[in-house]
Amino acid sequence: MRKASQKSTLRKVFRYIRKNIPLLVISIILALITVATNLYFPILTGDALDLILKKGVVDFAGIMRIIKVALIVITVNAVAQWFMNICNNRMTYRIVMDIRKDAFRKMEHLPLGYIDAKSHGDIVSRIISDVDTFAEGLLMGFTQLFSGVATIIGTLLFMLSLNFKITLVVVIITPVSLFVASFIAKKTFSMFKLQSETRGEQTTLIDEMIGNQKVVQAFSHEDEARTKFEEINDRLEKYSLNAIFFSSLVNPSTRFVNSLVYAAVGITGALSAIAGGISVGQLSAFLTYANQYTKPFNEISGVVTELQNALVCAARIFELIEETPEKADAEDAYELENADGTVSIENVSFSYMPQQKLIENFNLLVKPGQRIAVVGPTGCGKTTFINLLMRFYDVNSGTIALGEEADDKQKKQTLYDITEITRKSLRKNYGMVLQETWLKAGTIRENICMGKPDAAEEEMIAAAKAAHAHSFIKRLPNGYDTVIAEDGGNLSQGQKQLLCIARVMLCLPPMLILDEATSSIDTRTEMRIQKAFLTMMEGRTSFIVAHRLSTIREADVILVMKEGKIIEQGTHEELLKQGGFYHMLYHSQFES
Amino acid sequence: MKKILVFLKDYKKESVIAPLFKMLEAIFELIVPLIVAQIIDIGIASGDRNYIFGRFGVLIILAVIGLACAVCAQFFAAKAAVGFATQLRSALFAQIQKLSFADLDQIGTSTLITRMTSDVNQLQSGVNMVLRLFMRSPFVVFGAMIMAFTVDVKAALVFVVAIPLLSAVVFGIMLITIPLYKKVQASLDRVLGKTRENLSGVRVIRAFNKEEEEIKEFNESNEILTNMQLLVGRISALMNPLTIIIVNAATIIIIWIGANQVYSGVLSQGDVVALVSYMSQILVELVKLANLIILITKAVACGNRVADVLSTESSIEERTRTDVQAKPDAPLVEFKHVSMSYGKSSEESLSDISFVAKRGQTIGIIGGTGAGKSTLVHLIPRFYDASKGSVLIEGTDVKDYPLEQLRNKVGIVQQKAVLFRGTIAENLRWGNADATEEELWKAIELAQASEVVRNKEDGLEHMVEQAGRNFSGGQRQRLTIARALVKNPDILILDDSASALDFATDAKLRSALKSIAGERTIFIVSQRTSSIQHADMIIVLDDGKAVGMGTHEKLLESCEIYREIYESQFKKEERGASHA
Repeated sequence: MRKASQKSTLRKVFRYIRKNIPLLVISIILALITVATNLYFPILTGDALDLILKKGVVDFAGIMRIIKVALIVITVNAVAQWFMNICNNRMTYRIVMDIRKDAFRKMEHLPLGYIDAKSHGDIVSRIISDVDTFAEGLLMGFTQLFSGVATIIGTLLFMLSLNFKITLVVVIITPVSLFVASFIAKKTFSMFKLQSETRGEQTTLIDEMIGNQKVVQAFSHEDEARTKFEEINDRLEKYSLNAIFFSSLVNPSTRFVNSLVYAAVGITGALSAIAGGISVGQLSAFLTYANQYTKPFNEISGVVTELQNALVCAARIFELIEETPEKADAEDAYELENADGTVSIENVSFSYMPQQKLIENFNLLVKPGQRIAVVGPTGCGKTTFINLLMRFYDVNSGTIALGEEADDKQKKQTLYDITEITRKSLRKNYGMVLQETWLKAGTIRENICMGKPDAAEEEMIAAAKAAHAHSFIKRLPNGYDTVIAEDGGNLSQGQKQLLCIARVMLCLPPMLILDEATSSIDTRTEMRIQKAFLTMMEGRTSFIVAHRLSTIREADVILVMKEGKIIEQGTHEELLKQGGFYHMLYHSQFES
Repeated sequence: MKKILVFLKDYKKESVIAPLFKMLEAIFELIVPLIVAQIIDIGIASGDRNYIFGRFGVLIILAVIGLACAVCAQFFAAKAAVGFATQLRSALFAQIQKLSFADLDQIGTSTLITRMTSDVNQLQSGVNMVLRLFMRSPFVVFGAMIMAFTVDVKAALVFVVAIPLLSAVVFGIMLITIPLYKKVQASLDRVLGKTRENLSGVRVIRAFNKEEEEIKEFNESNEILTNMQLLVGRISALMNPLTIIIVNAATIIIIWIGANQVYSGVLSQGDVVALVSYMSQILVELVKLANLIILITKAVACGNRVADVLSTESSIEERTRTDVQAKPDAPLVEFKHVSMSYGKSSEESLSDISFVAKRGQTIGIIGGTGAGKSTLVHLIPRFYDASKGSVLIEGTDVKDYPLEQLRNKVGIVQQKAVLFRGTIAENLRWGNADATEEELWKAIELAQASEVVRNKEDGLEHMVEQAGRNFSGGQRQRLTIARALVKNPDILILDDSASALDFATDAKLRSALKSIAGERTIFIVSQRTSSIQHADMIIVLDDGKAVGMGTHEKLLESCEIYREIYESQFKKEERGASHA
């Protein structure tokens, strides 16, 4: 089982290598040249040494000739090696770049259910640390594997030319070291996996604690956070030590096998020398080659551990890359041009978990330009409703359908099920301001122009003015080009919200979703924005999650939600008359 | 680097033993050729099979000893390296906990995370490799040089020239690449930042159909990272060919000098063979060293980044560790001419604020977006330091309090409602680990969160997922309020933390808070006049200045801005409500 997964990981790695085949071929050729010159140089020096006999008997002219050849050989060797290194670097980092690219692309297309459920730290750890470790292993693999294999073949040929029998001894014993290496590698695989997983767990904690450091400090929770961290850290220490120590046994073990090979060559050689099989000179050459021959086995076995670790990390990355993405839009999915604002919700049922029912048999027909207010106590599931409208989550049963603005007014209006529309065109038709403000690291300008990157300067400023963000932006050190740091940096919650509103004001799609869009904005500013909101909502279907009565009262339909379910539905007057939950909610407002 | 290496101090023994065993192994390796020589010179020459078998036995024993030494060396090296990394991570984590809000704003979260993970991992491999090989290689290199001197001084001078040249190449490349590796890690920070950002902003990105652009931007950062790595790679790739060319050239020179020496009868042929073989021993070590050097270079670059964090002095200096006694009759909180600006050059976010808040009082703070409301309350638990004036608690400047004592006095509910992974109970016990279940429930009731908790089958033991995402914004806010209440603080600060609550819940929360005011001071920061109109004192902020201070009634008369705010929300809705 484990072996199978390892193999399939390897196969996936090869898929990435395949794109770089030209580089791979060049690298292998360069490795061959490097090894050939490496092996040839000792022969040249040997030849030169043979010309230095004794006092007065030295063939200087011969030595000079050899030196000239040797100079060429070492130059070729150096150049080939340099280029080989560059090829390997290029190959490795290109592969790694491709993998990160694919991982990120996948992340952008994962269902929200996955992202909501998975720890962000763990995903980050996969894309950053795991890819890093993989890169290191891969690079080592490339640099040492080819030249190692080439050296083995080269020395084998040289040895065969000397003596067949002793070569046989070497060839038979040496694979033992590979066997040992793969044995240890197999045993340590699970240790590396444990190490990687614990690392992921630790990253999750770091992400959570360091990411919310301000809360940690506010509660003087530093010591507790540390205790938790130390616990994982200690575990990581144990697992790392196991993984590193046991995997590092590969090298000494294979070297031990090599020593055995060396001793075996020594004894068989010596015995056959006594029997007159080979000369002493040949024996010493043999011993040198036996050494040369076994060295790459060491290196390769060292690489094996490194690769082992790399494979574990690769497997974690591929797990992410292979996660099932959001169901793709059907090929014939409709490209909704301009929604007319009709939203028809029929028999919709939805729940995050099958055992916990939320929305059931929900029906609502929204006519173009209507204002739908969603009210209810905190935590009643208003966000779920938005998740469905935007298709962040798909309904379990029933349909949500949108109408399209027809060129020909006479034509009967058709409704398009949102699952049959491309997500892109669906979302383009909604403008959304969420209570939880999110800004990307970048300039204010980039953030406002997110929905309309080609907006003119005046357009952008007009939107910012409408959102009443212009005055505070102007006071920032670089105005619209002020770079805001991760997570909004020093901006206040309210300022962030103003920017989010400006962002929607700029692109003005036919339908709006305002989820507590003004919760962090002071009321004077809000009053002013409200006017802009009203103009904005004119002729646009809007879904508004709000507390403020003025907005709610003027809504065409009020949905009253409680515990994830829609319990009442109607206009303000109708609902008050009913004397139900809304009635109670409304009257509680001025009690204090 | 020194700052980093101290973390090896608990592993002194291991750090010495590991290279020692490595050297022992090297020595045994050097004996092997001598034994072989004996086999050839004595065994074969005399045809003595028993002698050959005996020597064979010695070779096996040497191999076993070598194996044992190597295993020991690997074990101690791994132990030291892993222990080192563990302690380093732990120290880093502790250090980050100490950084002030201003430091955190400035450094940024992503880079702290890469430093704690990726950088420390690189350092761990670096230390591990250094312990295994770095002692051994110079040992072999200099050993070879000394051996060369015993053969022939003139020829050995080649070594004297070659070795510094080699060191120059090795250290030169290290010097060039260390800052470059630092840049590589900085590019990695950006890639990590982009990844985190896309996870947290996934809804907005999809709503704006920005997936492709985000992918493009990620790919750009990714490409910058790759290009950086390739640049460093190209330079590091020079190491091996350059060193090998030096060694090979040195070998050629030795042959030439050797030839002359032999010709004039100073040396024998065997001597030249020995000199050449010493040079080739250096070569073998250098090949091993090259990979190591890259690892070390990376480790040094990462080490510097880690050291930067460790040496960041928190801008909030803790002057004392001994608890401060309350001065009698001093008000609980007092601001004396406090001004505050975030950066050195930036505009003041607060200017010249003075007020006194006594026990039992509720202080309301109201004002426009960006008026400085949060800034004001952040000065009380000393998240930031006032740039002018002083903040006093029970008569003592907050700067003269130990941070822990100070922050234990203050319970703050921040704007962003953050919960942590763990059970609800664990989250609530953040401020007070010993709180009984009863106390937890009391806080939950006060915070109007009882229905949130009761609706969960497992109640207090219900698991909160990462960032509390299995709770809605309003639920999270109420739980964070409960968390602050469990702490039972002298000073309770609600920093616009009821924004996601509906009016009914907000009203209930306010009357609940009133019931516990007693000996406390409660600060309520809000956008809504309804939330603060019953406060004992209301501070109206506008652009960092206090434009009004007093009770609701007084302010309605005297403060125009307050009146505007009030009218903007209250009157209109009241009128609306009476219509209905």
